Amino acid sequence: MSKASEETTTTVSEGADFDGLRMRALTKEFARFTAVDSLDLDVPRGSFFALLGPSGCGKTTTLRMVAGLEEPTSGSITLAGKEITRAKPYQRPVNTVFQNYALFPHLDIFENVAFGLRRRKVGDVDSQVTAMLDLVELGSQARKKPAQLSGGQQQRVALARALINHPEVLLLDEPLGALDLKLRRSMQIELKRIQTDVGLTFIHVTHDQEEAMTMADTVAVMNHGIIEQMGAPADLYENPTTTFVANFLGQSNLIEGRIKGRDGGLVRVDMHGIDVSIPAARAHTEGDLGWIGIRPEKVLIGDPGEELDAPGNSIPGGVVTDVSFVGVSTAYLVKMPWGQELQVFQQNTGHRRLYSTGEPVELSWRPDYAFLLDHAQDADAGAQKKDEL
Amino acid sequence: MSDTVRRKGRTGYLLMLPGVIWLLIFFLIPFYSLVAASLYDPSGSDIDGYQMTYHWGNYWDALVQYGKPDGWAPADWSPLIRSLVYGGLATFFCLILGYVLAYAIAFKAGRWKNLMLVLVIAPFFTSFLIRTLSWKLLLADDGWIVNTLQFLHILGSDGHLLATPVAVVTGLTYNFLPFMVLPLFASIDKIDYRLIEASNDLYANPLVGFFKVTWPLSLPGVVSGTLLTFIPAVGDYINAELLGSTSTRMIGSVIQSLFTEANDYPAASALSVMLMILIIGMVLLYVRRAGTEELL
Repeated sequence: MSKASEETTTTVSEGADFDGLRMRALTKEFARFTAVDSLDLDVPRGSFFALLGPSGCGKTTTLRMVAGLEEPTSGSITLAGKEITRAKPYQRPVNTVFQNYALFPHLDIFENVAFGLRRRKVGDVDSQVTAMLDLVELGSQARKKPAQLSGGQQQRVALARALINHPEVLLLDEPLGALDLKLRRSMQIELKRIQTDVGLTFIHVTHDQEEAMTMADTVAVMNHGIIEQMGAPADLYENPTTTFVANFLGQSNLIEGRIKGRDGGLVRVDMHGIDVSIPAARAHTEGDLGWIGIRPEKVLIGDPGEELDAPGNSIPGGVVTDVSFVGVSTAYLVKMPWGQELQVFQQNTGHRRLYSTGEPVELSWRPDYAFLLDHAQDADAGAQKKDEL
Repeated sequence: MSDTVRRKGRTGYLLMLPGVIWLLIFFLIPFYSLVAASLYDPSGSDIDGYQMTYHWGNYWDALVQYGKPDGWAPADWSPLIRSLVYGGLATFFCLILGYVLAYAIAFKAGRWKNLMLVLVIAPFFTSFLIRTLSWKLLLADDGWIVNTLQFLHILGSDGHLLATPVAVVTGLTYNFLPFMVLPLFASIDKIDYRLIEASNDLYANPLVGFFKVTWPLSLPGVVSGTLLTFIPAVGDYINAELLGSTSTRMIGSVIQSLFTEANDYPAASALSVMLMILIIGMVLLYVRRAGTEELL
């Protein structure tokens, strides 16, 4: 974990002329626990940034500190070089789309959206509100009360109410959590489109890894008040540096291995008697033991002795213990000679046959897809239980 | 489908029945006899019996005698005017005190919320009369409150509190405060605190946020609280009797003494009916102005 936070600091760009949102050693302690633990984070101007983590990981507290709704215990927040750590929420150019929208029930849609403009005594309220309501396609609903709108419409009002103020940073606290799946997908695309159009900095807090990966250019995975790993969605997924990230973002097979040596660009690992090699850039441990990680969709499954298109690591001796046919793919559980069950996803391309429970199989993967994690970390960290999926 | 709807309707009426019977016996019939008594011939008495003569003049006589002020000075006010002013003042003080208290209980009390609510209604564990009598002791001329105020020269050395309008309004405020706090609390407690945060996030400082969000959302509680305070306070006579003097008589005391001492039933009834109509009229006007018709 210490390694993870080290890496976070190195990805943070230095320099006083940074014009985005910057947090330094930001800490929030509550009576019983530390919600955010010495967080360093840079959010470049104009980016769509996602804070991803399970509930209680500190992501919402971080957001509330940026909004000014929670006072940090220590540390600093600067926006375009200006210190705002202890500024009142109504004094900072930051607006929030609240989790349950927090629309004012006694005001109509028009007045909800106009609220910020009226407080700042900005002129030309009418035309600005009308234009904003058109942007979120709610022009015809202006005189309705929030309770008369559907969830998706309320969500758009909440967005319009924040966006109309042209904040330097727009905070979104699980904004799509209350919507059904279909509406959520279309709002994700909508939000991304609006962010590209207006070019504002969006910080999006979510526990939905798919949502974070679809929308954000940069995802920071948070756990227990620290950032485990930060980067582009594809980088996080393909090359996780901690077991938490490996399990929280998609699924991973983590297999114990003993490191035999490091030469050139490769780390050679003994995995229960089988030699596997992992590129050094994908090895994130210094010790003698490690977790070899491989994504289920990167594992190929075949008959024993069959030549599979994955030169490198071939692991014989598996037995299929469970088959679930999903449609686009088939998910297998394969029991390995050392007793562990590995997950395998096979695309239903039609080129390969389906295996049934009890059949002996051989697994294989390309070494460039595997990664190596610190053995001191919990192999189950961040794994979602079946009923949460 | 239509059968279940009909059955549901019938259940509703059945559930209403006990309440309707109760109100019929203990409200509608006495109310009818009150209205009837207000139209009796005033020359009768409870010993000789009254004649029903539809004597509408009772209303005019009562209004002239107890409603029309002799002048603008407080000492010249009629009991009716005085009741409205005292009741209005007590309601105003209750609103200020009660709002602050209800707000604190709803948003700041945390785990002490329930305990504080119990404390608000704790005075009801003792009789209304006993509590008002204790105020008589508290405000007495040799009591510590008067002594302290005299020491601080807020009150003159021969000044006193008992038997003054201040004592009566204080007593009313004290006695009706819980009726203000409870509906206010119910209203404020329902306000999602995130709405207040949202107003701050949208550039409203706490004061502006209060008047733009908290206050309008608590209006139902303000309206029901002021009604629950104002209506009984205007008709109250215990506070005026125990803490006031003959120059602080309120309409309730007049009605009470007309009924029990002067035995002038027609005048007492006419005054009661008038007070009721006056209050209903004011309530309707008030509720319409506050825009909370859905409460009625």
